[in-house]
Amino acid sequence: MAKEKDNTLRLKFDSSRNLAPALESRSAAKIDSKYDLFINGKFEKPDSKKYFDTINPADEEKLSEVAEANEADVDKAVKAARNAYDKTWKKMPAKERAKYIYRIARIMQEKARELAIIETLDAGKPIRESRDFDIPMAANHFFYYAGWADKLEYAFPNRKANSLGVAGQIIPWNFPLLMAAWKIAPALATGNTVVLKASETTPLTAMKLAEIIQEADLPPGVVNILTGAGTTGAAIVNHPDVNKIAFTGSTEVGKIIQRAIAGTDKKATLELGGKAANIIFEDAPLDQAVEGVINGIFFNQGHVCCAGSRLFVQESVFDEVIRKIKDRLESLIVGNPLDKNTDIGAINSRAQLDTIHKYIKIGINEGGEMFESSCALPSKGFYCRPTIFTNVSQSSRISQEEIFGPVLAIQSFRTDDEVIEKANNTPYGLSAGVWTDKGSKIFNLTTKLRAGVVWANTFNKFDPTSPFGGYKESGFGREGGLHGLSPYVHLGSY
Amino acid sequence: MAKVVKNTPSEERLEVLKTYKIYVGGQFPRTESGRFYIATNKKNEKLANVCQCSRKDFRDAVGSARGAFGGWAGRAAMNRGQILYRIAEMLEGRKAQFVDELMKQNSTEAKAVEEVNLAIDRLIYYSGWCDKFQQMASTVNPVASSHFNFSAPEPTGVVAIIAPQENALIGLVSVIAACIAGGNTCVVLASSSMPLCAVTFGEVLNSSDVPGGVVNILTGSVSELAPFFADHMDVNAVLYCDKDAAVKTLIREKSALNLKRAFMYDKMDWFSDEAQSPYFILDLQETKTTWHPIENIGGAKAGY
Repeated sequence: MAKEKDNTLRLKFDSSRNLAPALESRSAAKIDSKYDLFINGKFEKPDSKKYFDTINPADEEKLSEVAEANEADVDKAVKAARNAYDKTWKKMPAKERAKYIYRIARIMQEKARELAIIETLDAGKPIRESRDFDIPMAANHFFYYAGWADKLEYAFPNRKANSLGVAGQIIPWNFPLLMAAWKIAPALATGNTVVLKASETTPLTAMKLAEIIQEADLPPGVVNILTGAGTTGAAIVNHPDVNKIAFTGSTEVGKIIQRAIAGTDKKATLELGGKAANIIFEDAPLDQAVEGVINGIFFNQGHVCCAGSRLFVQESVFDEVIRKIKDRLESLIVGNPLDKNTDIGAINSRAQLDTIHKYIKIGINEGGEMFESSCALPSKGFYCRPTIFTNVSQSSRISQEEIFGPVLAIQSFRTDDEVIEKANNTPYGLSAGVWTDKGSKIFNLTTKLRAGVVWANTFNKFDPTSPFGGYKESGFGREGGLHGLSPYVHLGSY
Repeated sequence: MAKVVKNTPSEERLEVLKTYKIYVGGQFPRTESGRFYIATNKKNEKLANVCQCSRKDFRDAVGSARGAFGGWAGRAAMNRGQILYRIAEMLEGRKAQFVDELMKQNSTEAKAVEEVNLAIDRLIYYSGWCDKFQQMASTVNPVASSHFNFSAPEPTGVVAIIAPQENALIGLVSVIAACIAGGNTCVVLASSSMPLCAVTFGEVLNSSDVPGGVVNILTGSVSELAPFFADHMDVNAVLYCDKDAAVKTLIREKSALNLKRAFMYDKMDWFSDEAQSPYFILDLQETKTTWHPIENIGGAKAGY
């Protein structure tokens, strides 16, 4: 049989396509040499007397040092939050509470550029992403939830939405400021006070947020921001005067938290890991789908709990899609996160880079066919080439376990039933993607996929109005939208 | 607060008086009719020569409102929220001027301050609703057939508003805010006897990133203009915020011409919490229901 003529365009990379660097200036951001804990409206030295470094993962240079909060510090923060709750925040008219939250949103918007630069320096994410996604989305979250503060009676008809008290919140390093916003904004809008712990590798924008909260003149103690590692988080979880735990992080830690609070009345929201299936059907617009797959797995270096880390491609278009993905992989720019041309920045930490390398080895050992971009990596800093695996089976560890890096596991499928079975065959259920031109197929899939968010012909879309959260072992509770209010209230009668 | 600074004899200076014009299509023209009336307060002091708008002014304003509708309705709801918030910011900054005008229009200082503060807070209240009332008013409908079926609100279009006549600012701001929060555009007839704040509020809107034509503010006589408000064929809804029974009947009758949605906000205490709610936004929304098939092939179930 004659070979079918292939009319699709092929990208060529043999000509020079090096772009001149377009570096964002560090001078628009001010980072102090040291940050204390933000407790009761003031920056306080830690009881532990200990500080630890936070580095720029792009060049391993120290950026600043932050305090390590111990149990005594956590206790101090919880007391401040309790005091602020009882004496001020609980009693404040809702519309006044709203105005404080609006202020935070507005000041964040004013300082967006500085926040974006610091986020990129501390987390390694491309400046384009922090500038266009993380920071505006964080500010919009505050703006959105500010509006809910005096409208709760419409969110919970015929029930009175009572605040819970002190919310202990623990956030990850992948979207540092955005996660802080997702946590703090709904908690404040519903009348709770907050003790938040930033991640140990990305504490700086949280401390900048503390300064913004001070500038917004929030009553002292309404928001307290701590830095530290796992033990600090554990102290928050175990503190007897905390009423609510909100955690975003690994499923493993989420389970530890659920056990730790089992004997208490603490309410919990857990946003945990994921292993999202991205499904391409043969009738999908393939270029658009490939773009979506690339964004789905390589956005933020793959440090995304809802990353589309498993790709399922219908057999009839498998070869074409793989070729397009490989082509596109070669065109991704990996490098300095401060460069506006950069698509993939630095891996957040050495530990995470080691984890990713470990999984790449596992993938190869299990018989997967690895393909990585041929791009050069900077000599300093933590970088990983965008990587895909084909010849992967359902039981492969790289298609079962969350890698949290730029590694995509690809499988093929023939029928709708088959791909639904395969996609659902995971303990996780955070998100999924479906690529097809056929609307009715999309709704068939969204009905049957066990995931909290399903993106159809798009991926990794977020909005303050849109609830986000997982099924199964991806956690429970929703953040964002009207649904994001209920984790922070208990309902009573009028 | 606004205190009139008395000029000392050594630095005598003549005050510059403000010309109160109308606000149409993002501009401040005079009435095309060239007519005016003298607004006075209860002490019978002259407030200003005010534009006595004509039918033609109203028609021009409807044209502007219609022209602005697609763009305004098409904006992201959050963006409308930001703009309403911006209006509140601008009003806060010009509080003194509004207090001053309210006092000229029969208010005491304390009452005037209360009214301006409330107007600012009400704008923020509706700013918040811009991207939330849809979540309250939308439904996914569990139809029996294999269809994904949902209903969501959409703005009704151009709204003609006869603002509260016995109140200069808070009523006007309340009806405008609810109307534009939902993505509608409007033509508003200000209080005839107390038109100053309405015109100045136009200036606030004009400096708040509100696109020209989204809000159009006219001054003039209710009895002259009400029939046109109610029978213009390119107006989708009409709000009447006063108590005149004859005008109410007239508006309801004439609205039937093109099935305008007619609402009478005649018993409202604009200072109370009752005067703000998402239901004012929903009065000016249509409900759109969409059906989409769900393919039902294969035996796979969401079993895991």
